[in-house]
Amino acid sequence: MSDESTPESGHRVRHQIPLLVWLVLVWNLLWGTWSWANLLGGVAVALAVTWLLPLPPVVGGSRVRPLPTLFFLGYFLVDLIRSGALVAWQTIRPRGIDRSAIITVQLRTDSDLLLTVLTESLTLVPGSMVIDLDRERRTLALHVLHVRDDADVEAQRTAVLAQEERVVRAFGSPEAVAALGGAEAGTGRDAR
Amino acid sequence: MNELEMARDVVAVVLLLLGAFLCLTAGLGLLRFPDVLTRMHAGTKPQVLGVLLVMVGAAIRLQGWSATWMLLLVAAFQLLTAPVSAHMISRVAYRRRHVRRDRMLVDELTTGGAVRDRVYQGDEPADAPPEQPGTALEESRRRDGAR
Repeated sequence: MSDESTPESGHRVRHQIPLLVWLVLVWNLLWGTWSWANLLGGVAVALAVTWLLPLPPVVGGSRVRPLPTLFFLGYFLVDLIRSGALVAWQTIRPRGIDRSAIITVQLRTDSDLLLTVLTESLTLVPGSMVIDLDRERRTLALHVLHVRDDADVEAQRTAVLAQEERVVRAFGSPEAVAALGGAEAGTGRDAR
Repeated sequence: MNELEMARDVVAVVLLLLGAFLCLTAGLGLLRFPDVLTRMHAGTKPQVLGVLLVMVGAAIRLQGWSATWMLLLVAAFQLLTAPVSAHMISRVAYRRRHVRRDRMLVDELTTGGAVRDRVYQGDEPADAPPEQPGTALEESRRRDGAR
């Protein structure tokens, strides 16, 4: 009988653990030195914070695959540096910027966590900025700096989809990865 | 040993100057770019990379791990919060129509979905330019003629 509530509460606690670990880590980094007192104080503060200010649990299982995560982070870092230099050059060159555009992209993933990671990483990379996310239709509207023609727009679109694929392969559940492959195999299937 | 410290200092100085330069371009972009959306690109992105470089440079130069942890936290929260603020401001700017459409190649957010009212949506400031100036002028003339 009590089994019905146990998976639910176990689920909740399991999803709270990463948050608790993160809070304890922040507390210890703020103190700057390692000691047992800091660790225990961090645990107390983390428990108090999660108890006083509860967050909705992130639904949808996710996992971290080490190799694709490294690939995602490495690609992200290279992208950050390359387009950071590009945007910096566009601000100082005499000609200024080219025209910009707002494009919409049909995404394939359907998880809050993955979409958050995707939009954060897209907005962090210079030259693209997420304006709107239609959660139900899974469409992303983003503003891109410096596009010259329609070919550039298409290139940006495929870049977004590639980024989505890297995020899903790094953090997504097996179902999410499968949805990625399924959408690639049959593109006409998106209107379920 | 002395040479090693020298090399470390040079690397730190180069990183600090590069980061400061990127933050300068962020300020320049705010002045030179035409509208809110493009300015948010300049104001948030090279600046993130700039802050990261300054943090790495300072971590190399400063002695002691305590400062390094703090710099790591600053970098992490910069990465987490900068996109959110950029997104919120640009979203509001778009909805209140502070957008230079003449500098835009395509806008699939309006061409894709149906625009309810071409003249005003009711969500823009009083001095916002109409979505399609020619149509708006024609419409208001027609209204004046009918009256």
